[in-house]
Amino acid sequence: MIKRSPFHPRLVESNETMFWDNWVGYASPTQYQYSTVFEYFSARNAVALFDSSPLFKYRIKGADATRFLSGVLVRDVAKCPVGRAQYTIWCNDAGFVLEDGVLLHVAEDEYWLTAAEPNLKHFSDLVGRQQVEISDISEEYGILAVQGPHSLAVLRQLTKGVAGLRYFGLTETKIAKKPVVVSRTGFTGDLGYEIWVKRDDALAVWDALREVGQGYNLTLMGSRALSMARIEAGLLLIGVDFASARFAWVDAQRETPQELGLGWMLKGLAGDKRPFIGRTAIEHAISHNTARWQTVGLMLDPAVYEEIHNRQGIIAPKADMLYQDTLYVYSDDYNVNANSEYVGYVTSLLFSPLLKRHIAIAKIASGVAAAGARVFVEMEVLHRSQYFPAQITRLPFYNPARKTAVVE
Amino acid sequence: MSEIAKYDAIVIGGGHNGLVNAAYLAKSGLKTVVLERRHLVGGAAITEELLPGFQFTTFSYAISLLRPDIVHDLELVKHGMMVLPMPTTFAPMENGDYLQFGADDYFNYHQIARHSRKDAEAYADYSHMMGQVCQLLKPLLSDIPPNILSDEPEEVARKARLAAHLGGADGKVLTMLTRLLTGSAAEILDDYFESDIIKGFLSSSGIIGTKVGPRSQGSGLVLLFHSLGEIDGTFGEWGFHKRGNGGFTQTVARAAQAFGAEIRLNTAVSQLITRNGQAVGVALENGDELYANTIVSALDPRRTFLQLADPRELPSDLVTNIEKFKFQGTSAKVNFALNGLPTYPALPNRTDMYRGFINIGPSMDYLERAFDDAKYGTFSKRPYLDCCIQSMIDPDMTPPGKHIMSCFVQYAPYKLKDSDWETERENLGDTVQKTFASFFPNFNDLILHREVVTPLDIERKVGLSEGNIFAGEFLTPQMYFFRPAAGWNQYRTPIKGYYQCGSGTHPGGCVMGAPGQLAARQILGDLQKK
Ligand SMILES: Cc1cc2nc3c(=O)[nH]c(=O)nc-3n(C[C@H](O)[C@H](O)[C@H](O)COP(=O)(O)OP(=O)(O)OC[C@H]3O[C@@H](n4cnc5c(N)ncnc54)[C@H](O)[C@@H]3O)c2cc1C
Repeated sequence: MIKRSPFHPRLVESNETMFWDNWVGYASPTQYQYSTVFEYFSARNAVALFDSSPLFKYRIKGADATRFLSGVLVRDVAKCPVGRAQYTIWCNDAGFVLEDGVLLHVAEDEYWLTAAEPNLKHFSDLVGRQQVEISDISEEYGILAVQGPHSLAVLRQLTKGVAGLRYFGLTETKIAKKPVVVSRTGFTGDLGYEIWVKRDDALAVWDALREVGQGYNLTLMGSRALSMARIEAGLLLIGVDFASARFAWVDAQRETPQELGLGWMLKGLAGDKRPFIGRTAIEHAISHNTARWQTVGLMLDPAVYEEIHNRQGIIAPKADMLYQDTLYVYSDDYNVNANSEYVGYVTSLLFSPLLKRHIAIAKIASGVAAAGARVFVEMEVLHRSQYFPAQITRLPFYNPARKTAVVE
Repeated sequence: MSEIAKYDAIVIGGGHNGLVNAAYLAKSGLKTVVLERRHLVGGAAITEELLPGFQFTTFSYAISLLRPDIVHDLELVKHGMMVLPMPTTFAPMENGDYLQFGADDYFNYHQIARHSRKDAEAYADYSHMMGQVCQLLKPLLSDIPPNILSDEPEEVARKARLAAHLGGADGKVLTMLTRLLTGSAAEILDDYFESDIIKGFLSSSGIIGTKVGPRSQGSGLVLLFHSLGEIDGTFGEWGFHKRGNGGFTQTVARAAQAFGAEIRLNTAVSQLITRNGQAVGVALENGDELYANTIVSALDPRRTFLQLADPRELPSDLVTNIEKFKFQGTSAKVNFALNGLPTYPALPNRTDMYRGFINIGPSMDYLERAFDDAKYGTFSKRPYLDCCIQSMIDPDMTPPGKHIMSCFVQYAPYKLKDSDWETERENLGDTVQKTFASFFPNFNDLILHREVVTPLDIERKVGLSEGNIFAGEFLTPQMYFFRPAAGWNQYRTPIKGYYQCGSGTHPGGCVMGAPGQLAARQILGDLQKK
C-alpha cells in the first residue's frame, strides 16, 4: 500500500476530488478542490498550506559536519551559520548536478537536508573517517509549507518565534505547544515558511494552522497548484526541468550548475579554496565556457498565440494549461521558413493566471540564449505543429518584494 | 493658434475608460492629463473603506469583460492587476433547495441533474452554443465599428469586413446570435431548459443593469453581453479583482502615470472650450482653463454632448438623438459589513459555496414579478439580488473573521412614481435585507453596517445620468452602429478635436476598457493623418 504522510488523516478528509499523486511512494494530493487556480491564488493573495512531508530528510551531525558538507555540497556551507538555511546542489565528479535540496543549519554540529530522492547511501559512503553521523529522518518529521502574503500573519498568531525571521532564516519554536523548526523557505516564490514537526505532533500543528488560518482564507494546496507557483518563481523541479546525473545514460541527459542557471552558487569560488566533489570539472567548465545550454524563461507572445488559434476557428486554450514535459524550440516558424533550426527545449510551460500569458522554463543553446531574443515554441493545434513566438527572458517571472523583505 | 497648448490631450473623467484612454495616449507620447471631479479615480469602479478595515465595492463589484490585450498593452500586471477566480456559484431556491456550480463540468452536471437530468445535458449544449456566438463577436469588441452613414472608402471597407466576418459564420450560430440580439432571454432559455431554477439563474444575466424582465424583448442582448467576458479564455466567467474593482482602477491609474499621464483629482470640468468649431480646451468649475488640441470626454453621452459641449454647436439631429437616448437606471446596491457568514439551512455546515456569486433569482417568474413592480414605478417588493461575499476570496477586504457582502439589486427605478429616493433609501435597504434573510435566516444577526446606494446616489456620486450603470441602456438601437448615435459611433464628435471614450460608446458599459482603448486608437490615427 502507498505510504501515508503524518498529515494523511487530514489530507483524506480534505481532498474533495480524490486526485492523488504518487510522490516518492507517498499519497500526495494533486488538488483538494476542483479549482486548482483558486488553490494557486491562495499563495499569491491569501495563504496556502502544502504538505511537503514526502521529501527525503537527512540529519548530518557531528564535530566534522560542516567540514563534511563543505566537501560534498556545491554551495559553501561556511556561508550558512546556525539559524540559516541554504538552497544547494550536489554534483558528481564530472561536475554534473545530482540533486538539489535545502540545508538547514539547526545547531553548531547539526544540519538537516531535504532531498527529492534517496541519498543516505550516497552521503554515508563519502564520510570516511570524519566524525559525522548521517541518519535518515524522513519518517520522523512532517513538513508543512505555509506560503503566501498572509503566511506571517497566520504564524504570528501561533508563535512569537517567526517575527523578524529573515529570508532563509530558521528558528526553533513551539506551535500548539509542540516543538517545531520554522524556516522562511518554500517553493512558491512568495513570502512563506516551512514547518518541521515531529510525526506524532503533526496533526496538532495542522489543526492549529487551519483554525487560525480561517480568518485569512487559508487554503490547502495540492501539487498542481504548487507547480504553477514554482514555474512563475523560476524554481526548477527534478525529473521535470532536469534529471539527476546519477541515473542518466548519456551526457545529453545531464546538466552542469551553469547550464541549470545555478552559476550564482559558485560566485565566490575563486576565493574559497575548499575541495568539493565536482569542483575541478566545474572550474574547467567555467574557464572553457563549455555550457551547452542556458536555462532561461520564455514568454509567449499573447497576441500571436491568440491569433494562431482564432485563425483555426478555435478558442485559444489558456485556463488550466500546465505542461511539465518537453516541447521543442526553433529559431523560426518552421511552417514558413524551412531553414528554421532546433535551438533547445521547453521543460515546463504554464498559462500564468496572474501574468495572463504563457510562460515556460527552457534550455536554449548557449549561442542563442540572449535575453530579449526571439525563438519559436512548437505546439500542436488541431493535430498539426504550430510555432509560437516567444521572448527569452531572465527567471523568475514573478518575484514579489515581500518574498525577501524584512518583515516584523 | 495663439495660446501655447499646455497639454496634448485632456481626458475628462477618471473612470476606468478615461484612465485606459489616457494611458494609451501617454504611451504613444502625448502629454496627457486626466481631470477627475472626485477625490479618487475609478468612477463606478471604486473601493472605499467605509468602516475601519472593511473595503466596500460601493458600485461595481466583479470583472469579466476587460479586454485581454489591454492588460499587456498597458502592463497592468506590473502595476498590481490580480483577477481572482470565483470557483463557485450558489443559487438558493424558495423551497429551501439550491443549485450549485463549481469549477468542474461533471460536478455541475450532477448538480443540475438534481433538478433535471435533461437540463444538465442541455447546459453543455447551451454553453457550447453561447461560446460559439461569443467567439464570433469577440473581434468586434476590439474594433472600431463602421459608420453606417458614411460612404468613405475606409468605411465601405469596414462594412465589407464586418459582412465577410459574419457571413462566414455557421448558420446555427448566426440564428442564435439574431435571437439574442432581438429576442428575450426567456424564449431562448425555454428552448433549452425545463427547470425553473436553471432558467431563473441563467436569465438573471439577461436583466442586469437594464430595464427589462427576462420575458422582455432585449433581455437576450443583455444576456449575451454578460456572456462575452472571459477569464483566461473561458467565456462567461467572472472574477474578482484584488481589493475590488477599485483595486483594478488604482492599477490602471498607476499604469497611466507610469506612461507619463498626469491625474488631477478634485478637478471638475464645467465646459468644453471651442474656437471655430475646434476643441481647444476646457473650463473648470473653479474658473481655471486648461488647453489642449485633443479633448476626450469619458462621461456619458448626455453629459458629453448636452452638458460639456454647447448643443448649439452640434447638428440638431444628433442633439435630438442624444436627448432621446435612454438611461432610465433601474439598479441599486446594498453593501453589508458582516460579523460572520450566513448559514443556508440545507447546507448548515458549509460555507465554501459562498466563494462566488450568490444569485437570488430562483425562477423567471420571480424575476418577472420583480420587474413588474418597476414597470409601475416602484422598487421590487422581492428584488433580484446578485450577491458576493468578496472577503471569502480576498482576505484583504476585511479584518480576519469578518466579511463584506456586496448586493446588486434590481429593480430600483430612477424615477419613482409616488415617492423619491431620499424617502425610500432605507426602505430599499430593509427590503433587500428581508429578501436575503428569507433565504439565510441568521442574516439579520450578522450585520455590522449597511450602505444603501440608490440610482440617485449613482447619478450624484459617479455622474452616470439617471443612475444607468452602463452610461446608457443596452438596447439594440443603442448599441454598435448606434452607440451613442448613428454616424457618431466612432469616438469622434462633430467638434474637431473633441472625442468620447466612455461606456456610452461601443462596446458599452462594464469594466471593459474597450471604449477607452478604441477611442485612443481613433485619436492617434486622426493625429497621424494630420
Ligand atoms: C452599481 C453598479 C454596479 C456595477 N457592477 C458592475 C460589475 O460588477 N462588473 C462590471 O463589469 N461592471 C459593472 N458596472 C458597470 C461598470 O462599472 C461601468 O460601466 C464602468 O465602470 C463605467 O466606466 P467609465 O469609465 O465608462 O465611466 P465612469 O466610471 O462613470 O467614470 C466617469 C468618471 O467621470 C467623473 N466625472 C463626472 N463628471 C465629471 C466632470 N464634470 N469633470 C470631471 N470628472 C467628471 C466621475 O466622477 C467618474 O469618475 C456597475 C456599475 C454600477 C453603477
